[in-house]
Amino acid sequence: MARHDKPMLSIAGVGMTFPTKRGPFVALRDVSLDMQRGEFVALIGHSGCGKSTLLNLVAGLTTPTAGHLLLDDRELKGPGPDRGVVFQNHSLLPWLSCLDNVLLAVERVFGATESKEQLRQRAMATLELVGMSHALAKRPHEISGGMKQRVGIARALAMQPKMLLMDEPFGALDALTRAKLQDELMKIVATTGATVMMVTHDVDEAVLLSDRIVMMTNGPAATIGEVLRVDLPRPRNRVELAEDSRYVHYRKEVIDFLYTRHQHVEKVA
Amino acid sequence: MVSAVFHSPLDASLDGNDSPQRAPARSTVAAPARPPRTPVDWREFWRRVLPPLIGFALLIAVWGAATQNSTTFPTPAKVFDAAAKLFADPFYRNGPNDQGIGWNVLNSLERVGLGFGLAALVGIPLGFVIGRFAFMHRMASPLISLLKPVSPLAWLPIGLLVFKSANPAAIWTIFICSIWPMLINTAVGVQRVPQDYLNVARVLALSEWKIATRILLPSVMPYLLTGVRLSVGTAWLVIVAAEMLTGGVGIGFWVWDEWNNLNVAHIIIAIFVIGFVGLLLEWLLTSLAKRFEYA
Repeated sequence: MARHDKPMLSIAGVGMTFPTKRGPFVALRDVSLDMQRGEFVALIGHSGCGKSTLLNLVAGLTTPTAGHLLLDDRELKGPGPDRGVVFQNHSLLPWLSCLDNVLLAVERVFGATESKEQLRQRAMATLELVGMSHALAKRPHEISGGMKQRVGIARALAMQPKMLLMDEPFGALDALTRAKLQDELMKIVATTGATVMMVTHDVDEAVLLSDRIVMMTNGPAATIGEVLRVDLPRPRNRVELAEDSRYVHYRKEVIDFLYTRHQHVEKVA
Repeated sequence: MVSAVFHSPLDASLDGNDSPQRAPARSTVAAPARPPRTPVDWREFWRRVLPPLIGFALLIAVWGAATQNSTTFPTPAKVFDAAAKLFADPFYRNGPNDQGIGWNVLNSLERVGLGFGLAALVGIPLGFVIGRFAFMHRMASPLISLLKPVSPLAWLPIGLLVFKSANPAAIWTIFICSIWPMLINTAVGVQRVPQDYLNVARVLALSEWKIATRILLPSVMPYLLTGVRLSVGTAWLVIVAAEMLTGGVGIGFWVWDEWNNLNVAHIIIAIFVIGFVGLLLEWLLTSLAKRFEYA
């Protein structure tokens, strides 16, 4: 997966300090990371390590207090449809059907150039991609959690963003549904060539899905501890990988980082 | 809620089905397949119907016992007789000051409708603006806090002064008293729109118009309708007082007129009519609000 052209996303010396009643709280400091087009990067770390903060910075939902974020050489200013965000709690609008939820995103991006019918086709095609064609007219409360997250992914993908940003997208799902969605995400990424940044706290998920795993130190003032390159051939199969020595090795690396080297940082500091 | 209850069991059975299988499943749903009629649960029926009946019976019994020897306060039987006569011809007209109770109620409802409608027209958009923009909120909230607790009757002279006529003054009073619940509820609703939905709006970079119609309005609807319900309640409360002072045809004026005639039976009838119409308005808006619940 190593590519030598210019990075698509460039995070340079980014820091994030939140003002609180007890004075400034440094959530992130000195985070630098480059991402190539088509790369799948997982951000992993203990809760409170600022991995979601970093994702929100890339999404443009918050503005960094230090450093720069560049997407295709342009500084990121606020959120935009070039970055599709999948939220942990899916955040579908309960008063809209699955199709309308996706259409809302599609209309925003392609509404000016395409006809109503084309927009509809586009939304339906994306829902088909995530296997939700059977529930176009259903409201979010009528479908299961896994299905909601599929629609959430469809909404993000339908905008044809440069990047897909996923904030613990499968965190709230049961293990079997999660595995199924991970497999499907791998397929979708393979067909669309999407560039993905995903926040997770699941070691297996990170190793299975990623080209690189960015491991973050504990907060406050969290930063990138180590970056692990996962050189496993695609398509990846979770059953075969379970016994693969490289897979086991990568898994061990991450667990080592999380539980041996960076478990008690807070207490030491 | 009603629709949710209706849909979920049907749709749950369709979950995971492929589209070819879906068509027949749909058609059985669409066909007027009569569900097996459940036998009427009489015990449950009486459990619901009996207590309210006993409540009414008790009220009438106490009233009857208390007025048995009274010469001034009418007994339930007398009021019932008067009501029978009154409702036999609710829409007669004997000059401007003697009209049937139906006309009185309709006139009051018209004033309430006008005053309340204007209040909705002004209050709901204003609530949106105040809820959406912090500056507007800071600007308006002290004014609202100051004006909200003012009694309706204090506004009446202002209306008389400005409009120089009784009817617009009554409508003005309704307007100013029923605007607050709608305005405040709408503003609170807008402020309480879940951050998740606003993040969606930001991530999708929706226009302010799309945010208003696709995210704010549906999200605020339950709050808004609560405000509307409270407003209609207030409007109906205020109309009686306002009409007592301004006169004209209306239920409030009618009460005052009957008091001057010392026709207490009619006053008691009016109280029940006012209560019943208020109940009806409340029920109407509650059932409207239920259409906008989504779980």
